[in-house]
Amino acid sequence: MTVEDPRTTAVTGLGHYVLGLGDDALVLSERCAELITRSPTIEEDLAISNIALDLLGQARGLLAHAGELEGAGRSEDDLAYLRLDTQFRNCALAEVPNGDFAFVMLRIYLLSEYFILRYAALADSADSQLSAISAKALKEVSYHKLHARDWVIRLGRGTAESAKRAQAALADAEPYFDELFDDTWIHPDLITAGIAVSEAALRDQWQAALDKTLSEADLELPGASRPFSGARHGRHTEHLGNLLALTQSLHRAHPGASW
Amino acid sequence: MVNLEDIRTAAASVPDPEIPVLTIEDLGVLRDVAWDDAGGVVVVITPTYSGCPAMAEISNDIKSTLGHIGVHDVRVETVLAPAWSTDWISDEGRTKLSTYGIAPPAPTRRDGPVPLTLVSVRCPQCNSSDTKLITAFGSTACKALRKCRSCEEVFDHVKPY
Ligand SMILES: [Zn+2]
Repeated sequence: MTVEDPRTTAVTGLGHYVLGLGDDALVLSERCAELITRSPTIEEDLAISNIALDLLGQARGLLAHAGELEGAGRSEDDLAYLRLDTQFRNCALAEVPNGDFAFVMLRIYLLSEYFILRYAALADSADSQLSAISAKALKEVSYHKLHARDWVIRLGRGTAESAKRAQAALADAEPYFDELFDDTWIHPDLITAGIAVSEAALRDQWQAALDKTLSEADLELPGASRPFSGARHGRHTEHLGNLLALTQSLHRAHPGASW
Repeated sequence: MVNLEDIRTAAASVPDPEIPVLTIEDLGVLRDVAWDDAGGVVVVITPTYSGCPAMAEISNDIKSTLGHIGVHDVRVETVLAPAWSTDWISDEGRTKLSTYGIAPPAPTRRDGPVPLTLVSVRCPQCNSSDTKLITAFGSTACKALRKCRSCEEVFDHVKPY
């Protein structure tokens, strides 16, 4: 019988956890980056590309840290470019396709509210590097939220068409809500030790923020969708594979390419 | 041998690649310059934003600037904590920004970013406070774009952060 050293297990678990945080930022960044030169106005193009860039910076810090914790010599690039979709730990809400502008903004809004709660808690993490990355990221996602929230309200209270689209976006996003607050992918020792944050514990605050926004936007949660789960454990929607095929192809064809 | 004060002065003179009117010291990006145990120099910098694309360039600029004064054994370290804030932009930096035509940031609040629509910003050209936000995300991560209603000038604003 082998006895696991709980300390080692928790450290392994920490690398896994930080990877999941990094994957959330990376995959949402990739989705936002798809809109560069394709946004409805130049101002929005700049906004979405700035958001993509902030998220990419967060992902780089988190993936580099995950690689150090893993201790196998994998760099941030190795982790971003050379893993299979089943090895990604991001939530499915970050990976589903952009759809129309209403969905783009709603998704950024929903995940920004979520990241704000998570990073605010992790700013006090017992892991000093995770705490430093989080304190910095918190300022950025707070700014993203202000922008995306404005749009959700503007679309909800805009024309009949924009309200219809915003409402449809909400119905499309809702199946992915439950997964955001699932702790099963996090080593419980990490939460007990004040290193990681329980995502389940964030749900009430997130819901309250969402309810307030939806009420200002004259939108309603349909509340009838079948929840999706499994992405945190590597069972993703088919969309992640397509996204990675695009983002990883250059690096796989020309390993170590730079310009 | 070059003394640490000279090395610090040289490092502090490196311009920010995105707002070249400011040095990395004016901007608060330069955190520390010190000897390491092996007799080399460690320069510590902090990014303004997580995704700041200028960090690699700043690092190279520091090395080449120090190379000009004969200091070649240089390591540039990036630290994230404490997180950079626009409050770290020096008074001199704020004056330079205004002169250059960029509105400097107001002091930040501790409880998160202020919605930009609520910020009162003076036009760097005519000093009017009757200005409006055009877009919250400007040409670089740290700037928003505004327009002056008095003189019609469009200008960058370093957003409080
Ligand atoms: Zn003016």
